[in-house]
Amino acid sequence: MDFEWHLFVDSLPSLLHGARTTVALAAAAAVFGLIIGVSLALLHATAFPPLVWLVTGWTTLMRSLPLLVTLLFLYYGLPSIGILLSAVTVAIIAMAITTGAFVTEIMRAGIESIDRGQIRAAKSLGMSWVQSMRLVVLPQAFRRVLPPLTNEAITLLKNTALVSVIAIPDLLRAGTDIMTWKANTFSPFAGVALVYLCLTLPLVALNAYLEQGIKRSQR
Amino acid sequence: MTDTPIKIRNLYKSYGSNEVLRGIDLDVQRGEVVCVIGPSGSGKSTLLHCINGLEAFDSGEIVFCSEYVGWGRESGGGRARVSERAMTKLRQRIGMVFQQFNLFPHMTVLDNITVAPIQVLGEERNNAIERARALLSKVGLAHKADAFPSQLSGGQQQRVAIARALAMQPEAMLFDEATSALDPELVGEVLGVMRHLADEGMTMVVVTHEIGFARDVADRIVFMDQGVVVEQGPPNDILTMPTNPRTREFLTRSLGA
Ligand SMILES: Nc1ncnc2c1ncn2[C@@H]1O[C@H](COP(=O)(O)OP(=O)(O)OP(=O)(O)O)[C@@H](O)[C@H]1O
Ligand SMILES: [Mg+2]
Repeated sequence: MDFEWHLFVDSLPSLLHGARTTVALAAAAAVFGLIIGVSLALLHATAFPPLVWLVTGWTTLMRSLPLLVTLLFLYYGLPSIGILLSAVTVAIIAMAITTGAFVTEIMRAGIESIDRGQIRAAKSLGMSWVQSMRLVVLPQAFRRVLPPLTNEAITLLKNTALVSVIAIPDLLRAGTDIMTWKANTFSPFAGVALVYLCLTLPLVALNAYLEQGIKRSQR
Repeated sequence: MTDTPIKIRNLYKSYGSNEVLRGIDLDVQRGEVVCVIGPSGSGKSTLLHCINGLEAFDSGEIVFCSEYVGWGRESGGGRARVSERAMTKLRQRIGMVFQQFNLFPHMTVLDNITVAPIQVLGEERNNAIERARALLSKVGLAHKADAFPSQLSGGQQQRVAIARALAMQPEAMLFDEATSALDPELVGEVLGVMRHLADEGMTMVVVTHEIGFARDVADRIVFMDQGVVVEQGPPNDILTMPTNPRTREFLTRSLGA
């Protein structure tokens, strides 16, 4: 055990600095992932076979690849075809398309869980397909999938730790840097774990609260 | 304005190998109330769904207020599918009330009623709200404007559903067993609203198990069995002296119960 309080306390400011990057990356990936997920789920909901196949193929692929592989594939692969992007951009793209695939699955299940009578009623009132989705199906589906979406946000936040391999100064990277300089593992990593916990626990609590809410409303 | 808003000719529809409608002919006059009765599975719901284009049919013809539903005629004499856009327009002019109410659970009663007039017809918001309130008074639910569907009884939900359909100012209303999902003591309040609507001259096609309602309100009763119209006529004739044995048997069972 090489825990030392002063090292732990001294490391906190730079860890918090790294945490800002982690949160910013996760937030950006969450927003784009949500946009991708909702869009692909809607394409799937058109029931137009080529779109359905395309969406199913893509989400299956992205859910099967480890994020680390996608990340490195883009980081080293894109430059070789002449696309030069910053590490942060690559990280956001990799996380957004991976999360987007999971969000697609979640949204698709949510949309399919809405009673067919709702769509019939919307249609019978003269709504177009787009209107029935926007006004009737999606608002209900969103409510239903909020708990799994928060779960996905937790996974995403934790997965951001992977971006430290492409030299982004995130929370984990801040910890490993301190470890190298101070030749001490335990103190900075206790800090790293603590900061991750502080970030994820509110989401875990939110998830539990939403699950309860769904149970309440089903009673 | 035609005098025969609904014209159905030789309508056929199957689900796979199951022939559900087998040559239906039916005309509904403006202001007429037609009650459709018949055993379970005879195709009554399917017929209503075809009339407002919720279901596609295989052959035959439906004309609603001079517009083809589902399939139209090409100038050359062939058949052409009516575009989805045209069908959407058409549905705006036909109101439908479902057995399961199908109110939108995430909207208040008022929003349920105003959403289509505002979003689909582009009606001005205050106008739509004003009309929605008038419709709510008409169905006896003025005090429930801000409630959510889950806070209402089945009978109240169905009355809201009727108001929601009426808010589109439809030229005809289709009712698919509007009272079948209700507790017996709530049936009367919904039938009352429907009766009132009939008195006001609304063109109505009512699929129902309520023989009493059909007798009192219908201008004509249509008896369907196994996808065909077996017999039709004024309530008195059909209910008291049916000529077809299938009609007689059905009535004995429903009235005897
Ligand atoms: N979406 C569907 N897919 C396959 N078969 C269907 C579908 N909808 C209805 N059917 C079949 O079509 C037949 C007629 O159904 P329909 O609902 O029109 O009867 P109904 O007269 O309304 O009966 P009920 O009084 O029970 O409501 C039934 O055999 C039913 O199983
Ligand atoms: Mg039915």
